[in-house]
Amino acid sequence: MNGGVGDPAELGPRPEAEIPPEACECAPENPVEQFLRTDRMPHIWCPGCGIGTTVNSFARALLEAKVDLDRVAVVSGIGCTGRVAGYVRLDSFHTTHGRAIPFATGLKLANPNLLVVVYSGDGDLFAIGGNHIIHAARRNLDIKVICVNNFVYGMTGGQVAPTTPVGATTTTTPYGCFEPAFNLPALMDAAGAVYVARWTSYHVRQLTRAMVDIFRKKGFCFIEVITPCPTLYQRKNRMGEGLDAMKYYKEKSKVRHGAPTSEVALTLDGDIIVGKFVDRERPEYMELMRSQLAAQLGDRYVEVEHLVCS
Amino acid sequence: MPKGYVAINVERCKGCGFCVEFCPTHVLAMSSAFNSKGYHPPHVVNPDKCTGCDLCGMYCPDFAIYGWKAPESKNGAKRDAAR
Ligand SMILES: Cc1ncc(C[n+]2csc(CCOP(=O)(O)OP(=O)(O)O)c2C)c(N)n1
Ligand code: SF4
Ligand code: SF4
Ligand code: SF4
Repeated sequence: MNGGVGDPAELGPRPEAEIPPEACECAPENPVEQFLRTDRMPHIWCPGCGIGTTVNSFARALLEAKVDLDRVAVVSGIGCTGRVAGYVRLDSFHTTHGRAIPFATGLKLANPNLLVVVYSGDGDLFAIGGNHIIHAARRNLDIKVICVNNFVYGMTGGQVAPTTPVGATTTTTPYGCFEPAFNLPALMDAAGAVYVARWTSYHVRQLTRAMVDIFRKKGFCFIEVITPCPTLYQRKNRMGEGLDAMKYYKEKSKVRHGAPTSEVALTLDGDIIVGKFVDRERPEYMELMRSQLAAQLGDRYVEVEHLVCS
Repeated sequence: MPKGYVAINVERCKGCGFCVEFCPTHVLAMSSAFNSKGYHPPHVVNPDKCTGCDLCGMYCPDFAIYGWKAPESKNGAKRDAAR
């Protein structure tokens, strides 16, 4: 793992925030700062990219939920979003493309005490990784998935993704995308996720609240976050800068908690239905495994935590 | 006496304008100055209006700005209540 990065003081000089002189005595640090590998700042994300905004909510949610940070493991696949694993000062692993969920599955089963958070892109999780995520949801594995959806493969140059809306131009659909897109909340709902929500990077407070919710909830939890990709998705579709996308989210988002997920599909320029769509209880994978094995094996069944590795 | 303060890390900023747009009390404006990477960072134009709500900090994708509440205002409120 990438964990165990040293004391922030060892990470070298960094540009400091300019604190108003009259406020020097009361000035705290930026709450996100303790979660950053500041030696890797500035990050590679483009001006107006929304991925960094989601990290602010993530940091504040970890603080608000009072999560024991030694228990947190962040797992990402490859992509612009995948860089989150490399930027957070938490135990983290940047896996191969599409394999964040299998890695997270192994991590959770081997160390059930961890709070395993998968932070990755729509392409990573639903194109190459699509098979893994539906099965993790079916099993109700106790992992928390934050999917940053920018409607394209960002890192590799803006190719079409399974989330690209019909009609959108991408580098690989120069005449417009004609493939129907996945409706991610509907897919996760059908596969068995116990918590499904969608927000945009405009909804910073609601997103923070949703993250607090999933850190406290057992089972497979999924949050889709719609974010600007000004460099690729928006440029190809004449949608302006990151700020234009943020204003668009503000204008077009409709909060509908509990909306049937079949009704929340996204289109190129239609409303964005946001909210908490699913919040239910189902037996979690480890519980099912324990009860089945304990019933079948009796005394011969030993909990993973009680195994001593030599 | 402002209710809050805001700090800007000019060198980290990439000039996206999120903080300026979404500050509820219009404390910030984009500056015409450049940072060393050639971006225009925000600057504080209405310091007295800052509530320290930290929405700018939650929006900033580059972790370059944040706000906090002035402790004085709390003490002041307590003092007022005690009177
Ligand atoms: C096995 C494999 N196939 C393809 C790639 C190339 N690749 C890297 S990132 C990526 C897609 C990233 O898109 P997404 O997950 O949506 O993340 P974003 O960059 O948009 O945040 C692809 C296809 C790879 N690295 N490995
Ligand atoms: S290419 Fe798009 S997703 Fe990737 S960093 Fe740039 S704006 Fe963000
Ligand atoms: S802390 Fe709140 S009021 Fe102050 S500048 Fe930031 S967004 Fe504006
Ligand atoms: S939100 Fe951050 S990066 Fe964007 S203009 Fe404000 S300080 Fe700069």
